[in-house]
Amino acid sequence: MSVNFLIQKAKEIQVVIDANAAEIEKLDQEIGDGDHIFNVQRGIKLVIELEPTIKDLPISKALNQIAMKVLSGIGGSSGALFGTLFMTMAKGSEIDEGIDFKKAIEIFAEGVDAVKLRGKADVGEKTMMDVLIPVSNCLKKGLEENKDKNEILIEAVAVAEKGMLSTKDLLATKGRASFLGERAKGHIDPGARSSQLMIKTVCESVNS
Amino acid sequence: MKKFMNSADDFLKESLQGFGAAHEDIVSCYYDPNFITRSSPTKDGKVALISGGGSGHEPMHGGLVGHGMLDAACPGFVFSSPTPDQMLAASEKVDSGAGVLFIVKNYSGDVMNFEMAAEMMSGPNASVLTNDDVAVEDSSFTTGRRGVAATVLVEKIVGSLAESGGSLQECKALGDKVNTNSGSMGVAFSSCTVPAAGKPTFELGADEMEFGVGIHGEPGRRRDKVKSAQEITNELLEAIIEDLKPENNEDILLFVNGMGGTPLTELYLIYDNAKKLLDGKNIKIARSLVGNYCTSLEMQGASITLTKLDQELVKHWDSAVHTAAMRWGM
Repeated sequence: MSVNFLIQKAKEIQVVIDANAAEIEKLDQEIGDGDHIFNVQRGIKLVIELEPTIKDLPISKALNQIAMKVLSGIGGSSGALFGTLFMTMAKGSEIDEGIDFKKAIEIFAEGVDAVKLRGKADVGEKTMMDVLIPVSNCLKKGLEENKDKNEILIEAVAVAEKGMLSTKDLLATKGRASFLGERAKGHIDPGARSSQLMIKTVCESVNS
Repeated sequence: MKKFMNSADDFLKESLQGFGAAHEDIVSCYYDPNFITRSSPTKDGKVALISGGGSGHEPMHGGLVGHGMLDAACPGFVFSSPTPDQMLAASEKVDSGAGVLFIVKNYSGDVMNFEMAAEMMSGPNASVLTNDDVAVEDSSFTTGRRGVAATVLVEKIVGSLAESGGSLQECKALGDKVNTNSGSMGVAFSSCTVPAAGKPTFELGADEMEFGVGIHGEPGRRRDKVKSAQEITNELLEAIIEDLKPENNEDILLFVNGMGGTPLTELYLIYDNAKKLLDGKNIKIARSLVGNYCTSLEMQGASITLTKLDQELVKHWDSAVHTAAMRWGM
């Protein structure tokens, strides 16, 4: 994983998110306040615009700049949560020595753990954690079992989709959708949908 | 969508610029990152009060910056929490050494961003989390009750204590007390439109109301047919009273807050209807506030807040204040 890799993935994610923007906005208007898609789109744009500033930096510094940019540029829960993800990844040990597949999974998993603490949300609460936690676990398990890289990535894509779909029948207990009680049932969580699209994009791109 | 705007991107900046220019005797506005401070520096040894939240609730919080209330406010984008860099820049500007008290409404985004700012800060700080909305039950299954209009009262009362030399811990304790002593509930007749979204946040039929609505148009207890003002007022008050359980003859502050699109005529009508019910229950209205303070853009609607008062709270409520939105005693 290099700085160039991060920027390229951000550009690929931008295409996919833009293509699904209307759907995500509609999901958010059903159970949230309608701003999630704008936050995500603004965040991706800001990361891409960082390219000239960070392209020659060590990856720890680049990730830190991405974290601060996402934190200050998005606002709301998305900014704090994605900022926490990248800030934690930036602190990964010895990442400037190089990030291989195993290291990438390790720092991603550490990031997801930190996001879980920040948002005080776990699996089953109708949030993006219903995607991120199972994906993180699936990746770690794949490594432990010495599975083939491509096999791990294909599994991660499937786990992300399953997690995203699972939010449909859940009662929200975190975030604004929680104020809806029973009324949130039957709607997929917009944050779960956007993070599932990001996971899918990155995994399939690495796997091709 | 019809709005006074030139572009969604410039909406907040132009509004802040206008606010700063119109009230330059009271506030100074800073940009990138955005924050508002008093035009005069914090007195040495005075605890600095900083609040913030998504924009779209004006005059909260920028209009509450000034003598006797906030030292700084951090406006986020419309209905989106401000970010830690704003809180850090504001703190640096207004912290006189006595510490910073953050006043935060209980919404996930606000809580997380203020929490990160507090973690990144080096100086002493504390936070008051408001959660006065009784519409959504507080239980282990939710993020808890929302912080709404009582935040304005917390800022006024704690602002007075800070002005008179209260310590950081004393200010926090008083803020927590005002919050605990307060209950609010709102109702909406119409939705509101976030400028960047361009269309209403939710749909509401011509004869419908959202009962227990939040300050971003997020749903509350239920959707219902519009009823008479007295029936709506009674239902809001009963819910608050059930939660707050004021004693017989207890002094309260009655705050009728407009959501942005309801005329004062109607807010005063609600006040009248509320007084009738409270009089009947032997609950004494010792202080009052009526107006648009904690709004949701152009939403038609109103909320009622009751705060149980004691001598300490009354003293700090009555003390002098000079902000863009509230001014008395000076």
